[in-house]
Amino acid sequence: MAFNEDNWLLRVRNLTKIYGEPNERTLDLTGPEFGSNICPETESIVACANISFDLYPGEVLGIVGESGSGKSTVVKMLYFDLEKTFGAAWLKPYNNGLLDILKESNQRKRYIRNNLMGMVYQNPRDGLNFGFSSGGNIAEKLIMAGQMNVANIRERASDLLNKTEVPVQRMDNRPGTFSGGMQQRVQISKAIANNPPLLFLDEVTTGLDVSVQAKVLDLIRELQTYLGIAMIVVSHDLSVIRMLTDRVMVMKNGRIVESGLTDQILQDPQHEYSQLLVSSLL
Amino acid sequence: MNILEVNDLSKVFNLHILNNKKIEALTDINFTMQEGEIIGLTGKSGSGKSSLMKCIYRTYLASTGEIIYTSKDGGLDLVKADDHRVIELRKTEINYCSQFLSVIPRVTAVDVVCENLFRIEKDKQVARDKAKQMLEELALPGELFDAFPVTFSGGEQQRINVARAIIASPRFLLIDEPTASLDARTKDVVIDMILGLKQNGTSVLCISHDEYTLERLCDRRIDLQFGRINEVEVVE
Repeated sequence: MAFNEDNWLLRVRNLTKIYGEPNERTLDLTGPEFGSNICPETESIVACANISFDLYPGEVLGIVGESGSGKSTVVKMLYFDLEKTFGAAWLKPYNNGLLDILKESNQRKRYIRNNLMGMVYQNPRDGLNFGFSSGGNIAEKLIMAGQMNVANIRERASDLLNKTEVPVQRMDNRPGTFSGGMQQRVQISKAIANNPPLLFLDEVTTGLDVSVQAKVLDLIRELQTYLGIAMIVVSHDLSVIRMLTDRVMVMKNGRIVESGLTDQILQDPQHEYSQLLVSSLL
Repeated sequence: MNILEVNDLSKVFNLHILNNKKIEALTDINFTMQEGEIIGLTGKSGSGKSSLMKCIYRTYLASTGEIIYTSKDGGLDLVKADDHRVIELRKTEINYCSQFLSVIPRVTAVDVVCENLFRIEKDKQVARDKAKQMLEELALPGELFDAFPVTFSGGEQQRINVARAIIASPRFLLIDEPTASLDARTKDVVIDMILGLKQNGTSVLCISHDEYTLERLCDRRIDLQFGRINEVEVVE
């Protein structure tokens, strides 16, 4: 298949999030060259500014940077968890990419979220309802996308748990009784329940011990290789980025300082901050 | 037809975190490569062979010059091409085989090898069968097929690395020291595999220090010295 520029899946332009009341100089007075994302005149906080990129079907894009650099803010705006301040985003499978999804009504946003996207959060409590069973959590996502048949829903839930190696006999247990790694795998099952073309992963292995982390990463790699889901992977861990992504954006103080092919960023970083980041890699 | 045309290529590493220290890796590199040709890159360690290869694969960003690659869909400059275009070419046409296998944790030998073919074949069984067949030809012990390569010897890892790079018959192959830690018999198998690719039209740029490998493989040799082309030699 020949490469086609118009074939993008997600297009993001100038996505910006500012907390507080900015003035017209706020963006000019913040960023990596000032070492701060707090506007000295208004004290407003620029969580991220002017984020633009295209994501293609099946592509895995990493976002790296230190805590507070704005990585999570980007995906949270795209998943409608946070309101944007400026910017626009288009998703090809939604109205052929003609409508800015960030401007849609809440009802349309819910539709997009339930049918065309999935999100896996660092903390399973953000992605799972701990009052429901693990199967119930997956069912919730299926029902939100319009599925009604209980037998089909149960079958799909057990199929997903199976795929993510969560013992199916624990389908009726609440996630609170699961280990951290298992909770994370239930969260992934829920996120991919409706076969979304796009999945957001926000620090999904942070805080898990190494062997559990490995199982979660294996699962994500399987989803990439065999289902071809496009992903945006937010992580401060360069080994995770190296293992999972094709391309990466490096963020500092709310801005993208450099983006490129993952091997290029890791072996020939151009920006001072990326060089520092890579030289800290174990 | 030229598959590759390198014009006035240079690479300078600018190390901001070491007081902007500059390291010149490549200077004034010019050469062309015919479709189906095998070119050997020679030169001492540190002469710039791997840097040149990495510039072509876009792991390194060239500082000046152009690298015109003739893809199936026409020519493009790999120095300036959009990331997505390069990703696509890496998946479909251009393959790079580094000197050492960079293992993916917890993926078995067969699965490491078959991944590139699976992208094209889309049938896991077909891809795995082909991978097994190649590993058999390369005399990798059968009990290692479903083991994780991280614990393998250098020679075993190298065979996996080579098999992985050539399984999907790339149009353009960049291969770094393919025979370095192999015994004479396996070396011949690897050389025959690369020559087999050439017969099907693959163009190969190959770094080697091994005279036997170079003699059997190459149509031409380019010798590098201090990051510059020292000599181009046509092999009779």
